[in-house]
Amino acid sequence: MGSFGIPLFPEQASTFAQDIDALYLFIVAVSAFFALGVSVAVVVFGIIYRRRHEGEIGARIEGNLPLELIWSIIPTMIAMVMFGWGASAFYHVRTPPKEAMSVYAVGKQWMWKFQHLEGQREINELHVPVGRAVKVIITSEDVIHSLFFPAFRTKIDAIPGRYTQLWFEASKVGRYHIFCAEYCGTNHSAMIGWVTVMEPADYQAWLSGGGIEGTLVERGERLFQDLACGSCHLDTGRGRGPSLKEIVGTQVALANGSTALVDEGYLRESIINSQAKIVEGFQPLMPAFQGLISEDNLVALVEYVKSQSPSATTTAAAAPTAPPNPPPPGKRN
Amino acid sequence: MLDKLELPERHYLNNGHGLKSWLLTKDHKRIAIMYLISISAMFMLGGFFAAGVRLELMTPRGDLFLADTYNKFFTMHGIVMVFFFLIPSTPAVLGNFLLPLMIGAKDLAFPRLNLLSLYLFWIGIVFFFYALFSGGIDTGWTFYTPFSAAVSNTNVVPVALGVFIAGFSSILTGLNFIVTIHRMRAPGLTWFRLPLFVWAHYATSLIQVLGTPVIAITIVMLFTERAFGFGIFDPTRGGDPVLFQHLFWFYSHPAVYLMILPAMGVISEVLSTFSRKTIFGYSFVAFSSLAIAVFGFIVWAHHLFVAGISTYSAMVFSFLSFSVAIPSAVKMFNWTATLYKGTISFEAPMLYVYGFFGLFLVGGLTGLFLATLGIDVHVHDTYFVVAHFHYVMVGGAIMGYLGGLHFWWPKITGRMYSEFLSRISAIMVFVGFNLTFFPQFILGYMGMPRRYHAYPDEFQVLNVMSSGGSVVLGIGYLLPVIYFLWSLKHGAVAGPNPWVASGLEWQTASPPPTENFVETPHVHGEPYEYTPHVAREANLV
Amino acid sequence: MSDAVAPAEVHGQAVHHPKLQHHFETMEQQKEASTLGMWVFLLTEVLFFGGLFMAYLLYRVWYFDAFAEASRDLDIQLGTFNTVVLIGSSLTMALGVRAAQTDERKKTVFWLVATIILGLVFLVVKGFEYEHKFAVGHVPGPNFHSDSPYAAQEQIFFSLYFTMTGLHALHMVVGVGLMSVITWMAAKGRFSARYYTPVEMAGLYWHFVDLVWIYLFPLLYLVERHN
Repeated sequence: MGSFGIPLFPEQASTFAQDIDALYLFIVAVSAFFALGVSVAVVVFGIIYRRRHEGEIGARIEGNLPLELIWSIIPTMIAMVMFGWGASAFYHVRTPPKEAMSVYAVGKQWMWKFQHLEGQREINELHVPVGRAVKVIITSEDVIHSLFFPAFRTKIDAIPGRYTQLWFEASKVGRYHIFCAEYCGTNHSAMIGWVTVMEPADYQAWLSGGGIEGTLVERGERLFQDLACGSCHLDTGRGRGPSLKEIVGTQVALANGSTALVDEGYLRESIINSQAKIVEGFQPLMPAFQGLISEDNLVALVEYVKSQSPSATTTAAAAPTAPPNPPPPGKRN
Repeated sequence: MLDKLELPERHYLNNGHGLKSWLLTKDHKRIAIMYLISISAMFMLGGFFAAGVRLELMTPRGDLFLADTYNKFFTMHGIVMVFFFLIPSTPAVLGNFLLPLMIGAKDLAFPRLNLLSLYLFWIGIVFFFYALFSGGIDTGWTFYTPFSAAVSNTNVVPVALGVFIAGFSSILTGLNFIVTIHRMRAPGLTWFRLPLFVWAHYATSLIQVLGTPVIAITIVMLFTERAFGFGIFDPTRGGDPVLFQHLFWFYSHPAVYLMILPAMGVISEVLSTFSRKTIFGYSFVAFSSLAIAVFGFIVWAHHLFVAGISTYSAMVFSFLSFSVAIPSAVKMFNWTATLYKGTISFEAPMLYVYGFFGLFLVGGLTGLFLATLGIDVHVHDTYFVVAHFHYVMVGGAIMGYLGGLHFWWPKITGRMYSEFLSRISAIMVFVGFNLTFFPQFILGYMGMPRRYHAYPDEFQVLNVMSSGGSVVLGIGYLLPVIYFLWSLKHGAVAGPNPWVASGLEWQTASPPPTENFVETPHVHGEPYEYTPHVAREANLV
Repeated sequence: MSDAVAPAEVHGQAVHHPKLQHHFETMEQQKEASTLGMWVFLLTEVLFFGGLFMAYLLYRVWYFDAFAEASRDLDIQLGTFNTVVLIGSSLTMALGVRAAQTDERKKTVFWLVATIILGLVFLVVKGFEYEHKFAVGHVPGPNFHSDSPYAAQEQIFFSLYFTMTGLHALHMVVGVGLMSVITWMAAKGRFSARYYTPVEMAGLYWHFVDLVWIYLFPLLYLVERHN
């Protein structure tokens, strides 16, 4: 969108886009009202009360309490409207619906790597179906990046050492920009790509075209076996490590007396920094995989462990109201 | 008007000659002059880097500099402008020169400490130049970890040390101001008779004293990670890079108010003088400065809305961020009301004040967009943010600083500058500024991220507009250098009070004697008093 | 705050104390300014250490077990000894200020020297502790060595340990230097009952540095000692 050849708005290609633009235009209108009001007053006073001869002195007016109250309270009320509207929009943008499909993203200098549950892996390209909620779970291999979809009006930082997430529901078929919005070094401005929004049927066709390594869960299962995780994590619960059956979405009791919600973040931490949250009744025997496993493989392992909890949906990990990050004290995920 | 004005026989500028009389001075006025020269040079350097950035962004391909060079340019632009120009600008130059004069004191409470502040500032600059000449730095002025701590292979350590040391310069200046305002006021000068410039500097000093140590310790932690391999922010050892951001913005957000508050103080002084009228709602303007300083400390996490902080803490910080908008709005309304029934004249300082109004209005109101959560998610880290903070920190703070410099130049040097050229300059700065930065709001909403060396073609039109405007802006900023230098020799003698202003600083000679006042003034009346009696005294009627 | 203006009778005082700087009206004003300045400086220092305490708080909550484990590696006996030494030095400092106030030059010098010696004892003991950390590989970085399962997070503890105690030690070094100058001035007879502000200010600084240690000791040495 634009006028006189100058673009003004990016495309509206997600279900948020119109809401955010409406809020934006509301604040533009309020701002324009105040800016024009004050500017006109200042200019008009400047003309009417311009000094006409050298000896003039201004009127002695020290202040006016009712006026002060009016111009404190009215802006406060308008600001509260903006806050409320903005906060509710934000809540919507930050809370993925339960039925959202998951895609994993890993940022590294200087590319975006996406992995679909079905096994497709892409770099700087992301294919998603139109009209379906998509949750992107993000981390970084090195420095902080930020995954930004201007056409969807959303972004989230990719932070090394933890998962963050965003979601969107694309509303228009097309190709839109992906940017890295957080400065990340030399080729920051080359860390860009395209998100392709497809008709569901086309998306299915695209999905079936790739994935030579099998689905993400299958890859995770192979890793699980290669790393011999199963020799301790017996399904019976009598192994040296806890059983991984049906744990996702539950609160697990920890050795230090607190509890933790089992979600992607917890699973991730329990693999790379295995001593951080020991389940009650077990010894800290598991080696830490920090630096030994890539973020891509970690994602596959996490997804495999999640597949062991079929009663929780694929996205049950994050409870709907749970903030993505950081967790409350004592429950870092 | 008065005729046959002459410079006083003895004043602070001719009290001692030679380099030593300057470098070892304890006179706050001479120290202010040395700050003025230092930060003007740093402003030119920062402007040079900005010119490089704008030149590169004329074309979308990134074909002028290498990506690394471009990254160093915007990083050093930010570091020079923030730490070595904006933070010291109004307080260290105008505040240093004027605080003792405005409160009727002979000097700041700790003159030697004041000189030490200047030396620390210089040492900080030396560290920065060391880094500059050994290849520069590319972390962005925000030094985000883990990039700055573990990945960047540029000169992070010397720059961090430079910023750390310059930070102590700022702390000591703030400390000196607080004690001076508490303990050195002239007889009769009660708190509510203080000029609003002094109130603004009091609020500024609170931020300097309470905020700067936090960034100092944050830089120490970054330094230990970079230099010794410690790991307080290292995610591979369980450290949290977002903690760095919290600590960084705990200072760096109030630092924005540190830049704008003194400029607001200048606005109140100039506005009152050129409308010959007391400031409307004096106590509201005074307390809004304090409110801005206090609220400024509890809004920092609005820089982290997309850094993975929880939805609810984001809401709390959004709410608090709106609260800081109110005292700013109150100031703006009170200034507008001050003009009502004034006798307004438009010499250069007043033009700068009008420019400040225009730019600060846009800068302040666009802050509302960024405080609004739903919109911040979209415009965070885009050119919208770049435009917003330039409107506040460059539009607001530098307009105030330049307005103040034009206002007090006759007091500082005893001479007038070219009225014609200074008006041209004020207008050019205003027009050039808007041409440069207004398109960036649109670019930001379009989605162009900050710190991009190359960008998609559809952003080019707006970028070319922006670069074009920056030429006008640059000339507008350069003009004062020319006519100020010219005025030193050829300017008309100003006399003690060329603007018929009401403050104590105008009751002594221009330039003032080393001890500021021949006799300690006693204050009887209210501030900004323009009564017929005052007018008579100033030979107006 | 009260008005800075001195009462009229003081104002009219004819005799100017030789230590009165030209830009102050009275000795009282000069002393009040110094005292306020020192307190504001200490406020700055509180915020300076505050950033570290914030980081400590966060990681201690996140990695309590690692902090407990690493804390047990610190030498509690040396730590306790140093705590006693520092509290003792605060006492000698207070006595020094008192002696300056009552214009007893020899006593002042004696207590100030005692303070310096206690400060040096603290630093030497701290040096031995550091040396031990280097010997067993408890310095964070590539050479860090720990057999504990929490090795990674222990590095965060030791990063904080070295940064906090290191900055504290740096403040002690500055304090000892400051104290040496003050002692020399006291020995030269620069102070009197009417003018001993530098001694008092140095005392404030010294007490502050002690106070920081009073927080550091339990936070670093006593995380979880009972098992």
